[in-house]
Amino acid sequence: MADKDRYQRQMILPAFGLAAQEKLLAAKVLIVGMGGLGCPVLQYLVGAGVGQIGIMDADTISLSNLHRQLLFTESEIGLSKVDQAAAKMRLLNADVTIEQYPYHLNQSNALTIISAYDLIIDATDNFPAKYLINDVCVLLNKPFVFGAVSRYEGQVSVFNIAVNEERAINYRDLFSEVPKHGEVPSCAEAGVIGVLPGIIGAMQAAEAIKCITGIGKPLIGRLYHYDLLQARGFEIAITANTNNTPVNEKIILENSYVSMDDEIDIPEITVTEFNQMRLLPEVFVLDVRERNEYPPIDFSDAQIPMSELQTKMHEIPEKEICIICHQGIRSVYAAEQISKQRNLKVYSLKGGLTAFFK
Amino acid sequence: MAIQVYFFGSLVDITGKPDWELSVFTDTDSLKMYLQKEYPALAATKYFIAVNQKMKQTNCNLIDGDEVALMPPFSGG
Repeated sequence: MADKDRYQRQMILPAFGLAAQEKLLAAKVLIVGMGGLGCPVLQYLVGAGVGQIGIMDADTISLSNLHRQLLFTESEIGLSKVDQAAAKMRLLNADVTIEQYPYHLNQSNALTIISAYDLIIDATDNFPAKYLINDVCVLLNKPFVFGAVSRYEGQVSVFNIAVNEERAINYRDLFSEVPKHGEVPSCAEAGVIGVLPGIIGAMQAAEAIKCITGIGKPLIGRLYHYDLLQARGFEIAITANTNNTPVNEKIILENSYVSMDDEIDIPEITVTEFNQMRLLPEVFVLDVRERNEYPPIDFSDAQIPMSELQTKMHEIPEKEICIICHQGIRSVYAAEQISKQRNLKVYSLKGGLTAFFK
Repeated sequence: MAIQVYFFGSLVDITGKPDWELSVFTDTDSLKMYLQKEYPALAATKYFIAVNQKMKQTNCNLIDGDEVALMPPFSGG
């Protein structure tokens, strides 16, 4: 039996007590993604005494992780996130058993791994993974705590817990299909302030603790939106989409979980190729970043923000168009539109200005 | 007679503003049509509509004082 002194400060809380603590110690939680969201979720759940925790991520630690993934240090760059996180959490709380999955969740492993847990935390950073977690949780009837961030804003919800015998709400009630390329208008990874996933991840941990112990009112059927800049929360009651089709194992295995990057045949050029091309007279360098984006550059021939591209399509000259943006995502989408509507030869700088200034 | 429209996340890049007070539209479909005419990029963008903080799966009537939110999906982590 675990030493309960460790949990004394939460056990003395009204409505918590020994009963809630024992529920936590008996719980099995899987955290998919060990990044900006996953790190704080893991730390708080280990601290709270969740008995068994699975952590899943294929990635290694990189310098650009450290502004928001405070579990890791400079000396660990290049090492496995899952290995380092597990080692540290064992030092924090030896009561907790940590299972390591140093690879990505995919269609062939998702059913087996998720079925071994009571509650799943979606701490992933991409749509295909979010839809896969959603569908497998719906199929296996597992609750999951959703979290996502973008720039200065975050979303949290608790999915797949039925209330009053109505069908449980899941992520496909919000957005029925995986967004296609271009439907999410700007570089999804255009940036994030480090503290934001800390806030959203801590909220996910709080929701997980509420679901496990039965205290309070979890965000079931409610989407909580947090705006860091305005310090404002906005809650939306989610309604079921009656066209939301039930999933089965066959659908999960056969679904392509198409990512936004699929079905693109726009040639992507490297920074070296770009540096050669941009000097050619027949090449026109087009910056499709929004006007407030940093840093300003002096080697583009024009800037037409993605949000103005449709109205300014005619301004693009009859040249070979080399398109750049922050990360090289929007530029591909812009290239597709220009190619389709103007029938010009287009290129996209792979990795965008982030790669350029590296 | 007015409604308040709120834009979230990357939708603000398209509209250039986080909120907008507009005269009342009959319903959410006509509001959507107007917004997409003003901001063509909205038509190709994924979002859902909530009226007075309740998500709407289908067209819904609007009245004076309604608050309409346009919420896109986020995927970062």
